[in-house]
Amino acid sequence: MPGFDFTNYNRNAALHAKGVPLPKATSTGTTIVGCIYDKGVVIAADTRATSGPIVADKNCEKLHYIAPKIWCAGAGTAADTEFTTALISSNVELHSLSTGRDPRVITCMTMLKQHLFRYQGHIGAYLVVAGVDPTGTGLYTVHAHGSTDKLPYVTMGSGSLAAMSVFESTWQPDLDRQGAIDICAEAIKAGIFNDLGSGSNVDVCVIEKDQPTQLLRNYMKPNDRPQKERNYRFPRGTTAYLDQRVISKEDMKKYVTIETLSGDDKITTGDSMEVDT
Amino acid sequence: MSNPFDINGGACVAMVGKDCVAIACDLRLGMQSLTISNNFPKIFNYAPSTYLGLTGLATDVNTVSDLFRYKVNMYRLREERDIAPQTLANLVSSSLYEKRFGPYFVSPVIAGINPTTGKPFICGFDSIGCIDFAKDFIVSGTASDQLFGTCEGLWEPDLAPEDLFETISQALLSAVDRDALSGWGAQVYIIEKDKVTQRLLKGRQD
Repeated sequence: MPGFDFTNYNRNAALHAKGVPLPKATSTGTTIVGCIYDKGVVIAADTRATSGPIVADKNCEKLHYIAPKIWCAGAGTAADTEFTTALISSNVELHSLSTGRDPRVITCMTMLKQHLFRYQGHIGAYLVVAGVDPTGTGLYTVHAHGSTDKLPYVTMGSGSLAAMSVFESTWQPDLDRQGAIDICAEAIKAGIFNDLGSGSNVDVCVIEKDQPTQLLRNYMKPNDRPQKERNYRFPRGTTAYLDQRVISKEDMKKYVTIETLSGDDKITTGDSMEVDT
Repeated sequence: MSNPFDINGGACVAMVGKDCVAIACDLRLGMQSLTISNNFPKIFNYAPSTYLGLTGLATDVNTVSDLFRYKVNMYRLREERDIAPQTLANLVSSSLYEKRFGPYFVSPVIAGINPTTGKPFICGFDSIGCIDFAKDFIVSGTASDQLFGTCEGLWEPDLAPEDLFETISQALLSAVDRDALSGWGAQVYIIEKDKVTQRLLKGRQD
């Protein structure tokens, strides 16, 4: 399990006690959704990352890989969703290697909830876990405190209400692949346009039995910015500078040199490893 | 007491051009409104074409830059090669996330050219290691709000090294002139495949 380092914890807690605010982490304000259909499951997400009211990243990736047929959409603290899914992905791979079986969605969901529950909600990851395994299709939500849900269609993040309104008004039980993609994309668009924490593009991931998983990055781009008609390029020589230093490739080599010492010849070594140069 | 990110002031920006990248920072070190130094560079070099900019609390800027000097030296001894900007990005990310519950008050920015592929690379981080991969520009520091505005207006794709220098310099100078905590001169690095140009810019001293 991850070894968190609490070296600065007391320093920061002491500062916090004196009224210093906590650092602003990048959060994925986010709309994420998932929906099952006859042969598989679809998850989708918007692509905006925010830091307070500032849009930090206009096209980030919120769909995370866990296993070839299990993917995860993340909302909440961006770093937490990124590292929690990477950790569980690693453990799921080791688990599947040791059991010799394909990983199951419920296993992955349980590992996530137990990890998050242990940290009592301090790891701010809100996830939608989806995938297909030998037992069938799985779609779950996992909250930062460790609670989980299993539903045919789910939404999470600040745009979850906007997205859920689309599911509640247009979802029907016998969706096909394209129908599921369409309803998920429409739900994300509801989040993009009606929730300030969500925006930019729609990412979709389709997981189906006996078919390779498809990550449809930027499946829809409803907010594409057209190229500027004119430019604000400055004439060369606009900016005055006081001093200049040019470091050429030859100079760069002076900073770092790797030399074989004469004594090294006598040291017997095995076959040298191939290293890409 | 004020936000640790705003005590010492400072700004940093990185931009992508055609087969080149640029990274620039201001030179101020202050304590609240009192300026202590006008020669406090915030960009650090870790390999021939891999640079790291650090803004935030100055004590942590020093600690973190030294920590990565140590980690990158260890990497170079083990691997017998220079660190690629992408590798440094993952190193920075995991090192910052390790301190998830007691973070360093820094906002790092990486700019460089991959030594194997020759492709330009920039990225930024929050204080707990979430990577922001951007194709255009990355900003950080107390003037980040202003930098977002100037960069969004001035940046355009495929700028040549000379044009990228003008764009990043004007974006930074305009932004820090509207931030009381940043400025006092600036340093710009233009990184090309086989050449790095470091320039010292004159800025307002008020």
